[in-house]
Amino acid sequence: MKQFGGQALFLDRSDINTDEIIPAKYLTENTKMDLKPYVLEDLKLGGFDPQRDLAGKGVVVSRANFGCGSSREHAVWVFEVNEINTVIAESFARIFRQNMYNCGMLAIELPAADIEKLFNLGGEVNIEVDLATGKLTARGEQTAEFSFVLNDFDRRLVEAGGWLNYADQHY
Amino acid sequence: MGQTIVEKIFAAHRRDTPTPENIILDLDVVMCHEITTPIAVTDLEARGMDRVFDPDKIKVVIDHVTPAKDSKTATQGKILRDWARRQNIRDFFDIGRNGVCHALFPEKGFIRPGYTVIMGDSHTCTHGAFGAFAAGVGTTDLEVGILKGVCSFRLPRTIKVEINGKLPAGVYAKDVILYIIKTITVNGATDRVLEFAGPVVDAMSMEARMTLCNMAIEAGATCGICPPDKTTAEYLWPFIQNDYATVDQAAADFRQWHSDPDAAYEQVLEFDVSTLAPQVTFGFKPDEVKDITAMEGVPVDQIYIGSCTNGRIEDLREAAKVLKGRRIADQVRGILSPATPKVYNQAMEEGLLKIFQEAGFCVTNPTCGACLGMSNGVLAEGEVCASTTNRNFNGRMGKGGIVHLMSPLSAAAAAVAGKITDPRPLLV
Repeated sequence: MKQFGGQALFLDRSDINTDEIIPAKYLTENTKMDLKPYVLEDLKLGGFDPQRDLAGKGVVVSRANFGCGSSREHAVWVFEVNEINTVIAESFARIFRQNMYNCGMLAIELPAADIEKLFNLGGEVNIEVDLATGKLTARGEQTAEFSFVLNDFDRRLVEAGGWLNYADQHY
Repeated sequence: MGQTIVEKIFAAHRRDTPTPENIILDLDVVMCHEITTPIAVTDLEARGMDRVFDPDKIKVVIDHVTPAKDSKTATQGKILRDWARRQNIRDFFDIGRNGVCHALFPEKGFIRPGYTVIMGDSHTCTHGAFGAFAAGVGTTDLEVGILKGVCSFRLPRTIKVEINGKLPAGVYAKDVILYIIKTITVNGATDRVLEFAGPVVDAMSMEARMTLCNMAIEAGATCGICPPDKTTAEYLWPFIQNDYATVDQAAADFRQWHSDPDAAYEQVLEFDVSTLAPQVTFGFKPDEVKDITAMEGVPVDQIYIGSCTNGRIEDLREAAKVLKGRRIADQVRGILSPATPKVYNQAMEEGLLKIFQEAGFCVTNPTCGACLGMSNGVLAEGEVCASTTNRNFNGRMGKGGIVHLMSPLSAAAAAVAGKITDPRPLLV
């Protein structure tokens, strides 16, 4: 199965929407890879430079209601093609969260206090995800462990490599 | 214990329950447009799964960018066109017959109370106005929907929104929903359904109910939903007259899709709209909403009337009340995109298009158009648009632009004044 985790990119804002993750004008692209350069292009977050700040990152950490707005799965694909495999947030918009599992990617919800702790670890933070035990280990200037709960069905989708594979086996 | 509308629909469509929290629903309608569907089609082809579960339950339209603006959008249209032909999908709406999906599909009678509907478009919640469970989904859900006729959901909890009182003159469904979103916030209904009820909803037309349900997603809701009634039956009558002897009989049958009196709601919110003022957004989130009087005088560059929220005939009639015999301000551009060919023709017959054009508006073909900045009507850096659309996200209508969401009446008033203004004095 796919491995999850990596260096963390911290996006310190709630309600980051799908238009900020990938503007609609790029939805005319007909392959996922063509979306790659435009990731987070319109993100309203002072000092953020997607090309610089995303390099080498595997995990996005953010606040509440991540991925609100459009149903466009392009918002998940643009992370996938930029090698982001996991998004950790206090909460997700429903469609974005489902799109992540449907693509065999991980959306992990943590309580606000845990998210705050992640933000305060300091330095470059590397996050290891253990899907089997539901544990996250985050190593920055400090190290911290977190437990997460994944809905059993969503776990099956991730393990199957996505919803299409799962549905094809079951329905 | 009684059931809510959504609990009844889920019970009637349950295909599987892989875990106690997750339900696989049989779908009555799968809707497709050219922005999120072509990748699903090409992926299914590549996997050797170029099939559809039922061509009669798939409805397809080209609406976001139409006519095609470049080679890429032409390709998207071609993929969809070829697929619809190959799969014998009869309800395919191409140029000349196409319009904004969430306005066109109800007009064609594709939705019934109690239906389950998905589409790769977040504003699919609009169709909840008919008492259907209608939800926006991503492309993978759409693929599985096309292939297998199922979709997975967690059973959403329901927030009942009871709208009481009487809407004052100059205040519309758009103002009501903006005010509701302001109150519950953009994350207030995530994983919930907003069930709109009460005397104000009962008195609303189907167009107004669609406006209400359209923006349920802006509060994070899976679906907005209205109890189907005689108004619903009258709207659907051309399509259901072989199924029922009378409109009243249809309305009586639709009552099976009403929440039971003892249904369990997570929350019941009550609003009295009798003193509600016209509303407007001021920031980059749909819950950043003020009374329009608090935004009086903010200059605008463009006025956009259209979209799945407010491009219907009723919306055009409201805007025309203000525009009739007036000119839009010299420094502004007005764009009207009637939502469907039927709306366009009706507006022509009623003389509304003439009113818009004489006022100085440009009238486009039916399309999603400027709403999401991917075809015509894109804003330049620093420009401001008074818009009847549903989203004011940063960059939505063009990089560096800002969109203020409002009712068609308020947008028409902004066009005349060249700035955001209270539309009510212009009604006199």
